[in-house]
Amino acid sequence: MFRIKSTGIDVEALRTSLGNPAAGALCTFEGLVRNENEGHDVLKLEYEAYEPLAVTEGEQVIAEARDKFGVLAAVCEHRTGLLEIGECAVWVGVIAPHRDEAFRACRYVIDEIKHRLPIWKKEYYANGDSGWVNCERCAEHGKHDHD
Amino acid sequence: MKRVTVKYFAMFREHAGVAEETLQLEADTAMDVFEQTRPRHGCREPLGHCKVAINDRMVDWSAQVAEGDTVLLFPPVAGG
Repeated sequence: MFRIKSTGIDVEALRTSLGNPAAGALCTFEGLVRNENEGHDVLKLEYEAYEPLAVTEGEQVIAEARDKFGVLAAVCEHRTGLLEIGECAVWVGVIAPHRDEAFRACRYVIDEIKHRLPIWKKEYYANGDSGWVNCERCAEHGKHDHD
Repeated sequence: MKRVTVKYFAMFREHAGVAEETLQLEADTAMDVFEQTRPRHGCREPLGHCKVAINDRMVDWSAQVAEGDTVLLFPPVAGG
C-alpha cells in the first residue's frame, strides 16, 4: 500500500496495520525534516506530488519489494504540503518472517521512492531564500543539488 | 499544428506562472513539447533528470504527441 498524505502521518496506525502472526520482523524507516542542508539553515520544507502518477509508481515499488525479497507486506506513506523541522516526511514499514529480507526490502522501497516518484521538495532557508532540491542544474534560480 | 495541454510542476510551474495551459505547437514528440515550451518552464539543461508523461502515463522523450494530448513536464524529483 502506498499513499500520499496532506496531513500528519499516523505512525502507530501504520504499525498496527502491519500486524501479522507470520511476521518475525518489522523494519521501519522514517524520513524526518532536518534543519540543515549543505551549509544552509533550513526552516521548513514543502513537498509537492503529482498524486495520480506518484501513487501508481509507489504501488509498483511496493510490488517490486514483495517480489524481490519475498516479504509479507510493505507500506509507505509520503507527505505533501508544508512540514516543520522534525516532522515525518515519509514512512516505510516492511514485515517479513526474518530480519534480513525486512531490512533489504525497506531500504529498497525508500531508495526507489526517492528516485522514481513525481515528488518535489522545496527548502525554505533562514536567510529568506528558497530552492527546489535537485533542480540546480536546470533552474534559473536553483539553490541546491543533493540526493 | 496540434492543440496540446501542457502541465508544469514545482520549479517549472513557478517559472511559467501557471499550472497548465493549452497551446498550439508544431510538436511530434514529447521532446518537441519540452523544447518549444522552454521559455515557459525555464529549464536551462537539455533534459537533465527531467521526466515526461503523456495523458498520465510515463513515456520516453521520443513518444509521439497527438492532437488533444496532455503532456506533463516533471523537473528532477526529490522525494523522501
